[in-house]
Amino acid sequence: MTNLVEISDLNFGYNDRLVLKGINLTVPKGSLVAIMGLSGCGKTTLLRLIGGQLRAREGSVEVAGYRLNHISQHDLYVLRRRLGMLFQFGALFTDLSVYDNVAFQMREHTDLPESLIRDLTLMKLNAVGLRGVHSLMPSELSGGMARRVALARATALDPELILYDEPFAGLDPISLGVIGQLIRRLNDALGATSVLVTHDVQESLKIVDYVYFVSEGVIVAQGTPDEIRASATPFVHQFVWGEVDGPLPFHYPAQAMQNDLGLRGG
Amino acid sequence: MPLERTLRGVRLIGDRTLRIVERVGATVAFLGLILAQSGPSFRRFGLVIREIFYAGVQSLIIILVSGLFVGMVLGLQGHETLQNYGSEQSVGVLVALSLVRELGPVVSALLFASRAGSAITAEIGLMKATEQLSAMEMMAVSPIARVVAPRFWGGVFSMPLLAMLFSAMGIIGGFLVAVVIIGVDDGAFWSQMQAAVDFRHDIVNGIIKSVVFGVAVSAIATFEGYEAPPTAEGVSGATTRTVVSSSLAILALDLVMTAFMLKGWN
Ligand SMILES: Nc1ncnc2c1ncn2[C@@H]1O[C@H](COP(=O)(O)OP(=O)(O)O)[C@@H](O)[C@H]1O
Ligand SMILES: [Mg+2]
Repeated sequence: MTNLVEISDLNFGYNDRLVLKGINLTVPKGSLVAIMGLSGCGKTTLLRLIGGQLRAREGSVEVAGYRLNHISQHDLYVLRRRLGMLFQFGALFTDLSVYDNVAFQMREHTDLPESLIRDLTLMKLNAVGLRGVHSLMPSELSGGMARRVALARATALDPELILYDEPFAGLDPISLGVIGQLIRRLNDALGATSVLVTHDVQESLKIVDYVYFVSEGVIVAQGTPDEIRASATPFVHQFVWGEVDGPLPFHYPAQAMQNDLGLRGG
Repeated sequence: MPLERTLRGVRLIGDRTLRIVERVGATVAFLGLILAQSGPSFRRFGLVIREIFYAGVQSLIIILVSGLFVGMVLGLQGHETLQNYGSEQSVGVLVALSLVRELGPVVSALLFASRAGSAITAEIGLMKATEQLSAMEMMAVSPIARVVAPRFWGGVFSMPLLAMLFSAMGIIGGFLVAVVIIGVDDGAFWSQMQAAVDFRHDIVNGIIKSVVFGVAVSAIATFEGYEAPPTAEGVSGATTRTVVSSSLAILALDLVMTAFMLKGWN
């Protein structure tokens, strides 16, 4: 099979309120696919469905041949050993050092001798340029460094599928570029497949193979970065070029200004 | 309408009671979950040792100091009262029995709940709020097995040790006041104590109590942390609930166990 992730006709909501509506999406093996949209449009929710943290009730979510709707806890854990996930704020284990964070899965899931774990861990840290901080605690790292350590940890067991939740959020422009390049490089070096969820259009268009645009729970546009940049769809155009007003109005719906300011009939 | 008001009062009491029962039930169910996933804690006992160390270190000073003070007060009060019956030589018995049977297990558990219990809740709650527990699940590692169970067992094992230290310090405190300061004969102090304190009925029962308290406090502390809403208020509320619920549980369990122990378990 050539698609590592296949989502079809997915509807999902929290307590009655539908957050994702009629989502159809595929992620071919080896590719780096971005899911873009404004904050609150359901990107993290979609990623959690792919990672099996949430279960779909309508439609289906398939990852590496497993249908996740009714997957057993055991199969889910088997599948997750082939998955890596980068959380929005890194989610490093605060009670473990950088080294122990990266070595965590090797110790939990393999019987490798400590000397080999040491070599592998330092190699993973080296790949994100942070071998030098292996003895620090997560609280001693900057935001960009923490994100890179989390990246090393997510790829510790050479996952087949890597999920990224807002890897660019809250980073300075240099760290941003570094993370972007790392994501591309890790995907290609590991022969992995990646799904990237982000609202940072410019940065991700530079590195991804294909883009899905989500707005209010619906996929409104998709295509390669070049197609997206050239898109005439008003929403995509506004989003990509960061225009203030467009199909998404600057003003949240409100009653007429005169009423709010008490100017009527005065 | 007095009838209506009474009815509303009754309904309120019923409501509260139901909620408390529900909470107790959920904690017990969580305890079952911990026990079912305690395998790794014992296969890799280092995880538990680490938690015994943390919980123990956190509570050690306050328990030693409190033990000393409580013992000194017991020495004073005991001597004052026994003097009236001309049996101030028995003050050692009074001090030792009060400590070993009741005050050692109960007071050290109360202190443990407010010091180590609240810290466990806050730590697990924060790990949840910062997505560390989700990250662990995504790595196919059960947070109950890897984070909750070692902390639970750490608490269960440290509790009797701390209670014994509390009692030992208390006896030293009683000795200081009664023998060194007031001038009770020290041979009588120790020999009467030795004759009166029974290993099975007093010391073993005291240890049983503190193990039960350790289970209760650790289960409540880990449950509250694990179920805490993932926000700052959520975690702080959970921390308070741990102290309040643990204290009530300790006192209630103490009453029940004392009744059974005095009757001889049948
Ligand atoms: N656990 C939850 N319970 C209820 N509503 C939620 C929950 N998580 C997210 N939502 C809602 O679902 C919508 C989509 O959230 P999310 O997937 O986090 O968006 P994004 O990641 O794109 O910013 C938001 O409106 C959010 O308020
Ligand atoms: Mg999000």
